[in-house]
Amino acid sequence: MVLSHAASDSDISVHSTFASRYVRTSLPRFRMPENSIPKEAAYQIINDELMLDGNPRLNLASFVTTWMEPECDKLIMASINKNYVDMDEYPVTTELQNRCVNMIAHLFNAPLGETETAVGVGTVGSSEAIMLAGLAFKRKWQNKRRAEGKPFDKPNIVTGANVQVCWEKFARYFEVELKEVKLREGYYVMDPEQAVEMVDENTICVAAILGSTLNGEFEDVKLLNDLLVLKKKETGLDVPIHVDAASGGFIAPFIYPELEWDFRLPQVKSINVSGHKYGLVYAGIGWVVWRNKEDLPDELIFHINYLGADQPTFTLNFSKGSSQVIAQYYQLIRLGHEGYRNVMENCRENMIVLREGLEKTGRFNIVSKDEGIPLVAFSLKDNSSHTEFEISEMLRRYGWIVPAYTMPANAEHITVLRVVIREDFSRTLAERLVMDIEKVMHELDVLPSRVIHKISLGELKSEDNGDNMVVTVKKSDIEKPKEINVKKKTDKPVFC
Amino acid sequence: MVVSRTTTESKEPVSSTFGSRYVRTALPKYEIGESSIPKDAAYQIIKDELMLDGNPRLNLASFVTTWMEPECDKLIMDTINKNYVDMDEYPVTTEFQNRCVNMIARLFNAPLGDTQTAMGVGTVGSSEAIMLAGLAFKRNWQNKRKAEGKPYDKPNIVTGANVQVVWEKFARYFEVELKEVKLSEGYYVMDPEKAVEMVDENTICVAAMLGSTLTGEFEDVKRLNDLLVKKNEETGWNTPIHVDAASGGFIAPFIYPELEWDFRLPLVKSINVSGHKYGLVYAGVGWVVWRTQHDLPDELIFHINYLGADQPTFTLNFSKGSSQIIAQYYQFIRLGFEGYKNVMENCRENMLVLKEGLEKTERFNIVSKDVGVPLVAFSLKGQSFHSEFEISEMLRRFGWIVPAYTMPADAQHITVLRVVIREDFSRTLAERLVGDILKVLHELDTLPSKISRKMGAEDFGNVKGKKVEREKLTDVIVGWRKYVMDRKTMNGVC
Repeated sequence: MVLSHAASDSDISVHSTFASRYVRTSLPRFRMPENSIPKEAAYQIINDELMLDGNPRLNLASFVTTWMEPECDKLIMASINKNYVDMDEYPVTTELQNRCVNMIAHLFNAPLGETETAVGVGTVGSSEAIMLAGLAFKRKWQNKRRAEGKPFDKPNIVTGANVQVCWEKFARYFEVELKEVKLREGYYVMDPEQAVEMVDENTICVAAILGSTLNGEFEDVKLLNDLLVLKKKETGLDVPIHVDAASGGFIAPFIYPELEWDFRLPQVKSINVSGHKYGLVYAGIGWVVWRNKEDLPDELIFHINYLGADQPTFTLNFSKGSSQVIAQYYQLIRLGHEGYRNVMENCRENMIVLREGLEKTGRFNIVSKDEGIPLVAFSLKDNSSHTEFEISEMLRRYGWIVPAYTMPANAEHITVLRVVIREDFSRTLAERLVMDIEKVMHELDVLPSRVIHKISLGELKSEDNGDNMVVTVKKSDIEKPKEINVKKKTDKPVFC
Repeated sequence: MVVSRTTTESKEPVSSTFGSRYVRTALPKYEIGESSIPKDAAYQIIKDELMLDGNPRLNLASFVTTWMEPECDKLIMDTINKNYVDMDEYPVTTEFQNRCVNMIARLFNAPLGDTQTAMGVGTVGSSEAIMLAGLAFKRNWQNKRKAEGKPYDKPNIVTGANVQVVWEKFARYFEVELKEVKLSEGYYVMDPEKAVEMVDENTICVAAMLGSTLTGEFEDVKRLNDLLVKKNEETGWNTPIHVDAASGGFIAPFIYPELEWDFRLPLVKSINVSGHKYGLVYAGVGWVVWRTQHDLPDELIFHINYLGADQPTFTLNFSKGSSQIIAQYYQFIRLGFEGYKNVMENCRENMLVLKEGLEKTERFNIVSKDVGVPLVAFSLKGQSFHSEFEISEMLRRFGWIVPAYTMPADAQHITVLRVVIREDFSRTLAERLVGDILKVLHELDTLPSKISRKMGAEDFGNVKGKKVEREKLTDVIVGWRKYVMDRKTMNGVC
């Protein structure tokens, strides 16, 4: 089929893969090799190296889907060579995207007529979705200020300090000031009252998260909405809301339908959701929907024709695969409301199993709430002798990837472990995880205690403490851990 | 494996798919349905609809790869559930990206020591790559102006009018003024002299294209560099160059190695290339490399830790699949320099076969050059009663997707058809395409002419370059048809 001569002349194909020359010589890492190698050898070499990656299904750090039905895998492979942006060439794929946008807009109660088309677009993930939404807010605000004859050079956006990094990226790359509402111990989401206080005439929008990355909590969007409506009455400032429903957008409508957080609230103008989180699709798809046409300034939309026909486009990425859009449509029609509800209810039940198992050990504080994203965030009741980072490390030996991290300002002294419950994390796995955590706690109990100080972001402290040198270890720094010496429990030397 | 109950209790699994209830009722299109449906039904329904999409391999409009070896497909499927951004969880995948960046940087002659790590990143495509490169230029320029105490609120970028839409997006979204060097009939790329003239103190960079989307031509980056070096000496502005090598980056090093366009030229500070064009990977991967660390301001790089360990990140996208990065690494080690060279030479030969076949018909002007991206851009010779858009439409009936489009300002009156030669466009297909084009010309000759006006300057340039106005047929047309019918033996029925 392909006319390329890809293998050099030799009887390589006769050798079996593992005995072939190629697996004996090391591959160049910094420069492209001079010669080709047979495809079986290339496949085997890469496959072997990849065995040392973590197992995606045991990666409990991630919200992103790691399992789909084989029928969907088949559809994905069949469309892997379709470039999504060729709308004219692949009209059905384009229409599937439009149907998904409409379905999601309706799921979020967008005020649309019977046959009115929704305004929205598929993206590579919530990062792109948020940047597009932010761009729309910025441009709308600039146009409004220009019409009023006021300065428009200092836009800002109000969020909680718990926002995902893409808001900080948006702020830095698109030159918008980020005004963060600080957290505090015990309150790990954005406080609506403090947020509304920070709003001023330069605020392009307030961003609320439905499903905080840190502990899964849903922010009180309704309260935020009501306070902003009040502020509008008092000051005339009409500040819109964007809801970052990256995780929560496919959870709340199915198991908390009475929770008002979406377009039912009048100040909410755009919402983003990750198809690849609880939309149950592999990594690489997100969605953003606007309330209506007026919320997306026309000047941001481009029309191109060099692929042969007029195509309107408002995305940051251009060429990309079509597989995930088709997979999202598959999930929406395959599962329907009923199916998604079942999946989310299962996740919540498994989350409760895990939470109760951890509570029974008597060693942990549960930081996450029951309502919200199905995840369990927990910290040690007593971390004087061991830290959450050590637990995380030791769990790796059993194969589990459970991350430990510090809260942002102003609660940096709190460290948590977090387990995300996805569709493919069954009850059996939850019970096994609890057992393995208990094993780890046993092992740590017999180990002499290491780092004693709590970790404070960005600082390294060392103290002289009698006959001990106690040095803090900052796990979130890429610097090598400083040499740690430990409290002498016994006379035996201790290794880290 | 999954504990979810996803189907309703009914005897559905017993019915065969095409006889099942689900294929008889219409699927909801605007709202999510209330109930689930069995997975085979869902699969079949979607597969059937997708049959009406164009065939990707016959899509001659696109530069993007549409075929990979089955071994690579296997690797792709195995890694489809790996989220690329989890660097701590998937260290090998992360290392593959780093190896690719290093290989590409050295392919482009970045001034690196043997074991020095290159500065670059994998992206979702050249669009993201260009936006990152543009951001770096903008920030570097702003910092420089701030240090000099000069205003930094009006950055601009100089490009040709032939640039791909992403530069216009970058300009509009990141609030940089776009100064375009207009084209002229017969000269469809950016003129280096005009470009350098347009450079002023607010210019953050000049962007040159290695492989124009319109005609496949390589711009003369060396000449641009030399002229800009001179201007920088006079003005002291130190304006840098970015090379958009989306298509050309994986062609020039293999078949035009003596062509100087990359980091060998001192003013080139960053280069982007699409892995999914002539990098020979499916859609979804691009690369951007910087000359040195200093060309990428540190303040643009983020460090996050909520996935458990410190991760530096400088991309617009966050979560995305890992498959294409692994596929790119597969191609590098599988083909090597020798393999890529063979593929590009084959493409060029097939391009010549197509070009010669078209020239033999004597109905077309060839607008593209031999040196450049292997594609053939051609337009109808002389006065014609038919337009390139009609040829494009009729070729669809044979299965071919060949786009027709108008040139941007100031050559909007020129319409071209363009066929891109990819790895999987063999010589046989090239000959077949020529045959089908001849058939189409025959048919059009017997059709009455639809009076089509070529795009005039009062229209939006290259916006809405689709079907032009069709005026009603007049008696002249009827007379012409009769004339043609009398001369030909075949019946004028299409």
